[in-house]
Amino acid sequence: MNEASTPWQRAFRVLVTVGPGGLWLLLFVLLPTLLVLLASFLTRGPYGELTGPWGFHNYAKLLHPVYLEAFAQSLLVGVLATLISALLGYPLAFYIARHPQRDLLLFLLLLPFLTNFLIRVYAWLVLLQREGLVNALLGAFGLGPLILYPSFFAVLLATVYTFLPFFVLPVYASVERLDWQLLEAAYDLGARPVKAFLHAVLPQTYPGLFAGSVLVFIPAMGTFVVADLLGAGRVVLIGNLIQQQFGITRDWAFGAALSVFLMGFVLLSLYLYARLQGERGLKDLV
Amino acid sequence: MRRLLTLHALLVYLFLYLPILVIVALSFNESRRGVRFIGFTLDWYRSLFQDPRVLEYFLNTLLVAFVSTLVATVLGTLLAVGLVRYRFPGKSLLRYLLYIPVVVPDVVMGVSLLLLFALAREVLGFPRLSLFTVILGHITFQVAFVTLVVRSRLLLLDPALEEAARDLGARGWQTFWHVTLPLAWPGVAAGALLALTLSLDDFVVTFFTAGPGATTLPLYIYSSVKLGVSPKVHALSTLIIGLSAFFLALGYALTRRRV
Repeated sequence: MNEASTPWQRAFRVLVTVGPGGLWLLLFVLLPTLLVLLASFLTRGPYGELTGPWGFHNYAKLLHPVYLEAFAQSLLVGVLATLISALLGYPLAFYIARHPQRDLLLFLLLLPFLTNFLIRVYAWLVLLQREGLVNALLGAFGLGPLILYPSFFAVLLATVYTFLPFFVLPVYASVERLDWQLLEAAYDLGARPVKAFLHAVLPQTYPGLFAGSVLVFIPAMGTFVVADLLGAGRVVLIGNLIQQQFGITRDWAFGAALSVFLMGFVLLSLYLYARLQGERGLKDLV
Repeated sequence: MRRLLTLHALLVYLFLYLPILVIVALSFNESRRGVRFIGFTLDWYRSLFQDPRVLEYFLNTLLVAFVSTLVATVLGTLLAVGLVRYRFPGKSLLRYLLYIPVVVPDVVMGVSLLLLFALAREVLGFPRLSLFTVILGHITFQVAFVTLVVRSRLLLLDPALEEAARDLGARGWQTFWHVTLPLAWPGVAAGALLALTLSLDDFVVTFFTAGPGATTLPLYIYSSVKLGVSPKVHALSTLIIGLSAFFLALGYALTRRRV
């Protein structure tokens, strides 16, 4: 590239550019990750400190029904939130992409998304509480009041609300690149609307659909704040268990094992995604 | 079909805006509980502004956001340049490390930093959990995002421009300062803006890395909400919603003018 520079100069340039940031990543990303892995094999001491003996006992504990249930609930929240986001977001992405004012519509989609995350979750608490708007509306029809909060339903609703734009944006990107001539060709060949859509349009949006699903699924099953505020103890996800171990319970070793488990699960879903999409797909995510 | 799609879009936008509008409306409502609007009041805003703690939390939030964004933008931009321009041992390791803060759930990131700080305290005697550790935590996820954004911008640039600068006799840092950086500028600005937003919005990493006395607005909102619905939080939320809407609209207007 540049013949003039000596190996020393090149080494110096790498050191200046990559050095500080690289060191930061080693110190604050790699080291903590290794520490979590290490801690997951340790034991909680009498004062909540980490001590020996070493072993897999924290992982064995994961198989206890209480923790399996939390895992099942996290999975359920992740899967249902992804499905509902698809039902709401997929048609919306088409609507926005084909609308003359699509910049404005995208702006309106992102506006609630950029207000604070906690406020967005809190808003649902306000709507769903006993004296909230939803119950007031139900009351006007002579129904209720229903106990909508705290509940699994509330957690699911707020999760979808929080992560919906993550689904719409990648699908929107796919729809923008869509080759509509394929649809016309399908019609010309006599395909009915549903069949034409399934064969000429849907496959073209798979990249956006997969990316959107991963982007909703991972944070939906990994969060603890939504379940904490809207489940109020009735909905316990893996994230809530982790928070408990590092909070009141103070069993950091078990909390670390739960974290490793959650991380493993996230990596597994990313691996499956990469298998579906090819390596390039991972870059599309960010 | 067209009509159905429009109706669907309308309902989704209603779903997106209803909760926010309710919060804004309730912040002006005299009633402490419930959704019946019994009268207009600014009392909740008054009690918010009269609370000296809220101002302190607000300043803490800004301090954390600005310091962390500044550091992360410098580190991330340099790292992106190095990753795009040079080959060196450990490059693929760094590339993997960059994705960890992006994909790993923030609760895992929070507890792993907590472990690191606890170990450092044990071995080195510092740092105490404080705004300083919060800043370290924020920089960590911000660096990853800034690097990825700037790198994608750099990959779009024509390397011939830098070669031309060198052929014309520019030294390494001159090329960087006069050619690479100005060309990468939109990416740097976008990365910094993203980092700032992420910091202002962050609750989870802050929650695990903040010690006593290091409260930010998201931490304050969380602890108030844990106690139940509060009109003061409605007022604070309305102010935050208003501010973010203003800045987003400003950004929207500026990008439209450029196009």
